[in-house]
Amino acid sequence: MKIGTPKEVFDGEARVAMTPESARMLQKLGYDCAIEAGAGVAAGFMDEAYAEAGVEVVHGAEALWRGADVIAKVRPPSDAEVGMLTADKLLISFFWPAQNGDLMQAAANKGASVIAMDMVPRISRAQKMDALSSMANIAGYRAVIEAGNNFGRFFTGQITAAGKVPPAKVLVVGAGVAGLAAIGTSTALGAITYAFDVRPEVAEQVESMGAEFVYLDFEETAKDGAESGGYASVSSPEFAAAQLAKFREIAPDIDIVITTALIPNREAPELWTKDMVDAMKPGSVIIDLAAEKGGNCKLTVMDQKIVTDNGVTIIGYTDFPSRMATQSSTLYATNIRHMMTDLTPDKDGRVNHNMEDDVIRGATIAHANEITFPPPPPKVKAIAAQKPKEKVKEKTPAEKRADEVAAFKAQTKSQVTLLAVGGALVLFVGLFAPASFMQHFIVFVLSVFIGFQVIWGVAHSLHTPLMAVTNAISSIIILGALMQIGSGSWLVILLAALSVFMAGINIFGGFLVTRRMLAMFQKS
Amino acid sequence: MEFGFTTAAYVVAAVLFILSLGGLSGQESAKRAVWYGITGMALAVVATLIGPGSGLWLASLVLVALGGAIGYQLATKVQMTQMPELVAAMHSLVGLAAVFVGYVAHIEMGRVMAMDETQRAALEGFAALLAHKQPVEVSILRVELFLGIFIGAITFTGSVIAYGKLAGKVSSAAVKLPGGHMLNIAAAAVSVICLIWYFNTGGLFPLFLMTLAALFIGYHLIMGIGGADMPVVVSMLNSYSGWAAAAIGFSLGNDLLIVVGALVGSSGAILSYIMCKAMNRSFVSVILGGFGGPAGEQMAVEGEQIAIDADGVASALEEADSIIIIPGYGMAVAQAQQNVAELTKRLRAKGKVVRFAIHPVAGRLPGHMNVLLAEAKVPYDIVLEMDEINDDFPTTDVAIVIGSNDIVNPAAQDDPNSPIAGMPVLECWKAKQVFVSKRGQGTGYSGIENPLFFKDNTRMFYGDAKKSLDELLTKIS
Repeated sequence: MKIGTPKEVFDGEARVAMTPESARMLQKLGYDCAIEAGAGVAAGFMDEAYAEAGVEVVHGAEALWRGADVIAKVRPPSDAEVGMLTADKLLISFFWPAQNGDLMQAAANKGASVIAMDMVPRISRAQKMDALSSMANIAGYRAVIEAGNNFGRFFTGQITAAGKVPPAKVLVVGAGVAGLAAIGTSTALGAITYAFDVRPEVAEQVESMGAEFVYLDFEETAKDGAESGGYASVSSPEFAAAQLAKFREIAPDIDIVITTALIPNREAPELWTKDMVDAMKPGSVIIDLAAEKGGNCKLTVMDQKIVTDNGVTIIGYTDFPSRMATQSSTLYATNIRHMMTDLTPDKDGRVNHNMEDDVIRGATIAHANEITFPPPPPKVKAIAAQKPKEKVKEKTPAEKRADEVAAFKAQTKSQVTLLAVGGALVLFVGLFAPASFMQHFIVFVLSVFIGFQVIWGVAHSLHTPLMAVTNAISSIIILGALMQIGSGSWLVILLAALSVFMAGINIFGGFLVTRRMLAMFQKS
Repeated sequence: MEFGFTTAAYVVAAVLFILSLGGLSGQESAKRAVWYGITGMALAVVATLIGPGSGLWLASLVLVALGGAIGYQLATKVQMTQMPELVAAMHSLVGLAAVFVGYVAHIEMGRVMAMDETQRAALEGFAALLAHKQPVEVSILRVELFLGIFIGAITFTGSVIAYGKLAGKVSSAAVKLPGGHMLNIAAAAVSVICLIWYFNTGGLFPLFLMTLAALFIGYHLIMGIGGADMPVVVSMLNSYSGWAAAAIGFSLGNDLLIVVGALVGSSGAILSYIMCKAMNRSFVSVILGGFGGPAGEQMAVEGEQIAIDADGVASALEEADSIIIIPGYGMAVAQAQQNVAELTKRLRAKGKVVRFAIHPVAGRLPGHMNVLLAEAKVPYDIVLEMDEINDDFPTTDVAIVIGSNDIVNPAAQDDPNSPIAGMPVLECWKAKQVFVSKRGQGTGYSGIENPLFFKDNTRMFYGDAKKSLDELLTKIS
């Protein structure tokens, strides 16, 4: 089968869904690849590069759509493009089926299968084809760069001969993929970074990226983000009020605000109100990554940069990934390639549209003349639900003490039993054995004890030298032979002499080889 | 010299021996610890030579010097990969010496008992010691030397077989004579009967019969244990040689022998325990040989083993930032440790984090891999134990498995019916990519299929470990 990628028709879109590199991998799956001439130019991939990778360069969108069995593209198809779909074709692209109901219906009527890259379920297995995440990652990075471009100061604090420069303070609202990427970039540039999210469980991730989590003084049985597949859900009015109050408090201090708060299939929540913008210092920058869905700041104008009366720049671009087209195309093409890998289990260049597969089923929005959106909940839970808090609840001091006492008692009991049995055995032996034996016996028992105590401390890596040393010193048996060699018959002398000889081998061999080994252990 | 002086020397020697074992807790202190051991041994030998009850000291010195010369040859010539054989061979010497010393004690006892009072008073040396024994002490002496000979004989044949298996002179597969463990039990029963017999009569024959039985037990027991269980066997034999020395110490009334025997015995016992724990098997099941029967159908392994060539490995290594190498017995067999060290050096020079993960039972001797890597001058601070490094695999780019199999088998965790279920393993499959250097597609010693080789992120790098690495080294400058 042939996979074709047309030039994006959306105005200003620079990304492309196939790169020469991804085409090579697709060919390994058994597919032929085709690309519309000039499709990759905006992303920095020339037609020659594609041709070199074995991709057929087709002139004109129509020819490409006609020739390809699988169409991979970035943006949702235009009406004209949907018109070119036929029953045997498979379309893979972003689709936003919740907003584009008519488009979806049109595609389904054509009988084509449509896989929406934005509908890939959020489970670990599907991460490699999660295009939303890979695009959000780029958007988060680019948001910080864009902010820096419009911000008149350094990010990092410096003390120079020409004076002291305070570090910039960055607030990232919404710690999803984009938010975390923004946090990482911002801290890497040296800014003091704060982050907020309605899901308290991400605080750890935020802090791991080097930002400070903004906690609210608010008690609520926080909803577990895992219930909604890792996405945020709508918060209660009280919570929203507490959140706004907190933002209002810190707004005058913040130099750069990056808002990324989105709730699936809803208008973006308003988080940065006009009075907060008014409270900010002139020269501050707001990057609203939610501009496409109405914006987290209501002053945001989609796709535009505006400057408010008090000198705050508000950027509402929605094409951040497209602004880094080479990078985003590479990642997106890889996502597509992984999707094709899952669709081609036999690596024979034929699509096996397995509607039993959670990932494929979840992402498919139209198949065999029917709309298959929304998908049923996946069989595999996206993220393990957090265990109920009660379980990890700290034990009361009294309970703890009771546990300790119980453990101590159990230990005492087993030790006393062992001692009693051992003691009784020794006493029993003592009843019959003569004093001379018992003297040696004491030495023996104490030595075993010392041996056990000492050997536990030996490093694992030195077990071989330990064996060599114990081997060497076990030739202490030579003492017995030395004591015997002088007395008695020739047989005694012969046997004792042999023993001395063998023990001699052992003593020297054992110690020398140990020394040799230990001398080899060196520190880097 | 006086008896008191010898005893004092023994006390000092005992303290030195304890310090010498205790010093092995760290690499640096271990270098000092060997000298404690050597001094202790020299002190003990000298004190015995000049102490009461010794004779023919010149002959003794000559013999020790002769033995020393051979020992020196052995110790300097031996390859580090042959350490397991050497240790096993030396254990057999201790076992045989214990048997001889036990027999001498028996002969002397018979001679002394036959004498009358005046003759006894004129005795010197070891015989004089015997002459002062009460009848009940003589009975105890018999038990002690009986035990000493018994353990010594098992140690002797056991070590010889272990040596043969490790050196490849005896098939390393588990072999049992028809009758299996019943033969061992019968031999043990014969020994017990001999003990009672000897206890009552003091004759040579029961002693001799028991020796034969013990030699057989040693032979048959170790024959029935497979190659991969050798770490347990070697440390067990180490323990036995210690107990034999302790038993002889009792019969000779020599406290230093008892102390050192007990130290060595408990050391070997602990090592065996640690090894068994690392394989999640009980000591008894290892000694009885073979794996316990699986509880049910083992999980079938699906997928295929995907091969890769040196170019692929080299380019993956170029891109990786963190690398963990997991060596196993295969590396020792192929003598590939120098190549591994060279690879490590080159990768580290490029600023990559390279570490080694050592499973407690990797190789054929406790700590075998550490010694081999140390020989190849791999710094010991990047060589880590399983528990230290297991959590780091998910953040590792490349894991390289060189000649190990069971210790990286995910079935130990995933498949409750696997023969090795529950055994702690190195979770290398959690790394982003795994390369397995392996001779062929076989299942290795244990015959257990390894699902690791079939995983999506695993690539098989077939071939002799040394040759594969040679090839790889040409690609990585």
